[in-house]
Amino acid sequence: MSDDKQQGVPMVNVQIDGEWHQFPKGTRMIEACRQVQVEVPHYCYHPKLSSPGNCRMCLVEMGMPPRLAPGEEPVKDKDGHQKIGWMPRPVIACANAVAENMGIRTDSELTKACREGVMEFLLVNHPLDCPICDQAGECSLQEYSAEHGKGDSRFRDEKNKKPKNVEIGPRIRLDDERCIMCSRCIRFCAETVDDPVLGFTDRGSHTVLAVHPNQQLANDYSMNTVDICPVGALTSNDFRFQMRTWFMKETSSICTSCGRGCNTTIGSREGTVFRQTPRDNNEVNSAWMCDHGRMNYHYLNSEARLTDPMIRKNGEEAHQVVPWSKAIRFAADELLKFNASEVAVIASGRMTNEELFMTRRLIAELSVEHVDIVLRRGKADDYLVAADKNPNTAGAKLVLGLKKPGGELAAIQKGIESGEIKALVVLQENLIDDTDFTTELLGKLDFLLTTYPLANPTADDSHVVLPGAAFAEKDGTMINVTGRLQRLNKAHQGPGQTMEVWEICRDLILAIDGGNGIYGVDDVFKEMAGQIKAFAGLTLSKVGDQGLPLLKTKLTVPMLEREKERIAKGEIVG
Amino acid sequence: MAKVKYIAGKEPHAKEHRMIFRNVDREGWDTSLATYQKEGGYKQLAKALKMEPKAVQEEVKAAGLRGRGGAGFPTGVKWGFVPPNNTKPVYLICNADESEPGTFKDRYIIHQDPHQLIEGLIISAYAVGAHLAYIYIREEFPEGAQILETAIEEARKQKFLGKNVCGTGFELEIYVHRGAGAYICGEETGLIESLEGKRPYPRIKPPYFPAAMGLYLCPTIVNNVESLCHVKHIIDMGADAYGKLGTPRNTGTRILCVSGDVKKPGYYEIQVGKVTMGELINDMCGGMKEGRKLKAVIPGGSSSKILRADEKFTLKQGDKDVEIGIEDIPMDFDSLMACGSMAGSGGVIVIDDSRAISWVLNNLNTFYAHESCGQCTPCREGSAWMKKITDRIVSGNASPEDVDTLESVAYNIDGKTICAFGEACSWPTEAMVAKFRDELIGDTDGKNAKRPVSKETQEAAKNLKSLTT
Ligand SMILES: Cc1cc2nc3c(=O)[nH]c(=O)nc-3n(C[C@H](O)[C@H](O)[C@H](O)COP(=O)(O)O)c2cc1C
Ligand code: SF4
Ligand code: SF4
Ligand code: SF4
Ligand code: FES
Repeated sequence: MSDDKQQGVPMVNVQIDGEWHQFPKGTRMIEACRQVQVEVPHYCYHPKLSSPGNCRMCLVEMGMPPRLAPGEEPVKDKDGHQKIGWMPRPVIACANAVAENMGIRTDSELTKACREGVMEFLLVNHPLDCPICDQAGECSLQEYSAEHGKGDSRFRDEKNKKPKNVEIGPRIRLDDERCIMCSRCIRFCAETVDDPVLGFTDRGSHTVLAVHPNQQLANDYSMNTVDICPVGALTSNDFRFQMRTWFMKETSSICTSCGRGCNTTIGSREGTVFRQTPRDNNEVNSAWMCDHGRMNYHYLNSEARLTDPMIRKNGEEAHQVVPWSKAIRFAADELLKFNASEVAVIASGRMTNEELFMTRRLIAELSVEHVDIVLRRGKADDYLVAADKNPNTAGAKLVLGLKKPGGELAAIQKGIESGEIKALVVLQENLIDDTDFTTELLGKLDFLLTTYPLANPTADDSHVVLPGAAFAEKDGTMINVTGRLQRLNKAHQGPGQTMEVWEICRDLILAIDGGNGIYGVDDVFKEMAGQIKAFAGLTLSKVGDQGLPLLKTKLTVPMLEREKERIAKGEIVG
Repeated sequence: MAKVKYIAGKEPHAKEHRMIFRNVDREGWDTSLATYQKEGGYKQLAKALKMEPKAVQEEVKAAGLRGRGGAGFPTGVKWGFVPPNNTKPVYLICNADESEPGTFKDRYIIHQDPHQLIEGLIISAYAVGAHLAYIYIREEFPEGAQILETAIEEARKQKFLGKNVCGTGFELEIYVHRGAGAYICGEETGLIESLEGKRPYPRIKPPYFPAAMGLYLCPTIVNNVESLCHVKHIIDMGADAYGKLGTPRNTGTRILCVSGDVKKPGYYEIQVGKVTMGELINDMCGGMKEGRKLKAVIPGGSSSKILRADEKFTLKQGDKDVEIGIEDIPMDFDSLMACGSMAGSGGVIVIDDSRAISWVLNNLNTFYAHESCGQCTPCREGSAWMKKITDRIVSGNASPEDVDTLESVAYNIDGKTICAFGEACSWPTEAMVAKFRDELIGDTDGKNAKRPVSKETQEAAKNLKSLTT
């Protein structure tokens, strides 16, 4: 939702809690209030979904100027406003739009009484088992009941019994007693991802949310329902009971499991990632992310993480753990043994621009000619998932100056085969599992260096194995498939001695020629901005939390296009 | 027209004015088209089709017809709400969900005189420009649905329906749609959702005013069965003559459905406002049951606010305020409104002194708790809560404070919900607590067991348990 005054839309004068403001005509009352920092509590309203107006939490007192008799002139005060006639009946702020000379009272007796009443109603059948509820700490029911509730309960009767702990899909569990029937989850499934598997059955206070018989909530966006559920009714099998929400550190970053680069918040504690949740970005992922991307963090916490640099000298069987200084020295010395034409570098579309830029400097240092990345093509869907499974193919192309990413790999294979290429540097890739490189082929090399977050067969075959940081452990930027430059932020340092690839390259360059003036990731960005035109004038901090458009592409995001259409039709606020 | 002979024992009362129910309980009458046509059936359709649609609308407006479904909204005015620049199809829906407790009039029209409804429906469709009309009939009327299907088929054969109605080029189809058994399907936007194949969750208004955004988001007019029948008679008589029936602003006739503790419960068609509550109960219905006294009346379907037998009401007569008792209330829209209740659906529920108000209220609360669609918080939780409280009152497990809680729960629902069910379910409580507070408080401490509750009521209460889910 942009707060910008839209062009061409007339402005209307609206009084909110006694103060006059101007808003574009058609602005929903709840959004108008929000724009002037007046929070209207709400459960069912979500700007990206239709507004059923069912929770009634957003009821406010509203008034309009008295209706004029034909020919009668409105009486205006000295500021040009008419007297407001306050209505005895409250209205919902979520679905009604502001109008000229409207008055809204969010702090009046009537409004307060409405909120108190609705809060009381929501709690009469609610289990109030917050101590064992996973939503505790980020539950709107808890928050609003503290703020708008009465404190004690007048309810002396038995609470309704409903199904608990129901598996409604492979990743989602439902506690119907906690459900406040806001229908957000139902609307999300039906409207946003065309998978209308959720619905209500029974009626009145016996209403239960249920998944259709013989169906499951199994779509690739199912976990978004957990995010938008205002209470603890829907929980994720992946996250539930893993960590109390208030203990987690939140880091703004992006998902790196495909080229969309959905904006995320990483929830972590003491070096362990517990979850990723989508962060709003109306240019990228709206408010959503796919389940695959969301769940693709477990490897970060894996036992198989590489934690230390290792080398294996020729003739030796096993790798030896060594300090970084020794590993870098060894690698530099080895690389210096070869002519430029005998060395190839395979970098990764999973690396940040900063990592790629330092790779570019290393390549220049060694005058390497054979450079490429590994392509990852898959299927796109009709929502967010991009066909490009690399998060930064565009960055690799731009920063490494690749004409046709992936086009050089065959030549590198041939070169190794023929013996022309004798040394290979593989950054953040596992060639054996992810490409058609084989152990035999790699065996022909005199020197192989790999960086990677996890133990893997390519690393096994390498002379130098370096623990490269994974996405949650990096600062830097990537360019998504639509050309948007976006930031990754480091939630925490990777395990053990893990380093980011830009640091590894920096140290290699240092070991090769003794100096490069790079200390931090800001320095890398600054230098990159100086050398690559597309980045000219930018700094890391300018990229900000929401990113910025860097490269022009004609590509659109299906999910966003759909939402734009729905905004135009007035179905959603957006 | 021939003098109508009624089945013995079912003759109308002398104070009745049979127009809509002219053929109900009529000797020798059946539901066939032939029978209907013998008495000039579908002549009014032919007449209307010669008029401009706008003129038909104006006639209905001028006649002052007010909706018989509950709200009493002027039908002609409602028709005028279809946006003038509309380019979408317009739909007409006949609301045959008749589910307000105490109401049993539409069913007789459907069961005994279906062509009257169909003729009224076709004229109304012509007036609003609809080419597709639906009769939404409650699940509990399977026979009625069958009768309507048959009647529609007959009408289609005679070209009263189809591509070229009566050779005028006007096109109309009527479909009968059966509900699945929920009171809320009578609420017009809930009905529309149901017709679209969804749960009957009423829609928020704004923006979903049916006349602008109804069925499939197209302009849609929803009218009650009885309302649509009146349209035919307005065309027949002309607005002027029709407007002389009844009283000013409360024109025409209407069917009152009397149930409860009178000697002769049943349906009575009166000129609106020409009969008082007292005449209705004492004359037409034969008075109260033997040895019983009037305690209260729920005058317009279960949702309307109860009137106490000993209450005094103030009505405007001319520009004078006059004080009257319950028996002097004229049975019309404006008078009942002025007495703090409403004419609603025409269901008059008479309660005598053998009934405990707590039982009456609990009966209604049980119904509303069962029928709340559950979409919006205050009604969903509040209706069930009120029922739980009155459950305890009738079983002697409540305390006096519970009566206060009960009342405040009702006020926390009233005016705060998506649809008028919120009022429908809270008004009985609001009115009964306000008017019978002492009795209810008296019932809270277990005295209820000793209260004179009639045998029937106790039996009925047992059955109520089965309603309790
Ligand atoms: C809870 C509820 C139930 C209703 N049930 C009925 C019904 O069964 N039949 C009916 O005609 N109107 C019913 N109505 C009124 C309809 O919403 C609508 O106003 C009516 O059908 C309009 O017809 P009329 O203008 O001809 O009266 C109900 C309204 C509410 C709020
Ligand atoms: S499960 Fe959550 S999101 Fe879904 S209806 Fe219930 S409270 Fe709302
Ligand atoms: S769409 Fe792509 S970027 Fe977004 S969450 Fe899924 S995998 Fe991650
Ligand atoms: S008021 Fe009651 S019946 Fe109407 S929408 Fe709300 S819950 Fe449903
Ligand atoms: S936010 Fe639920 S009714 Fe407005």
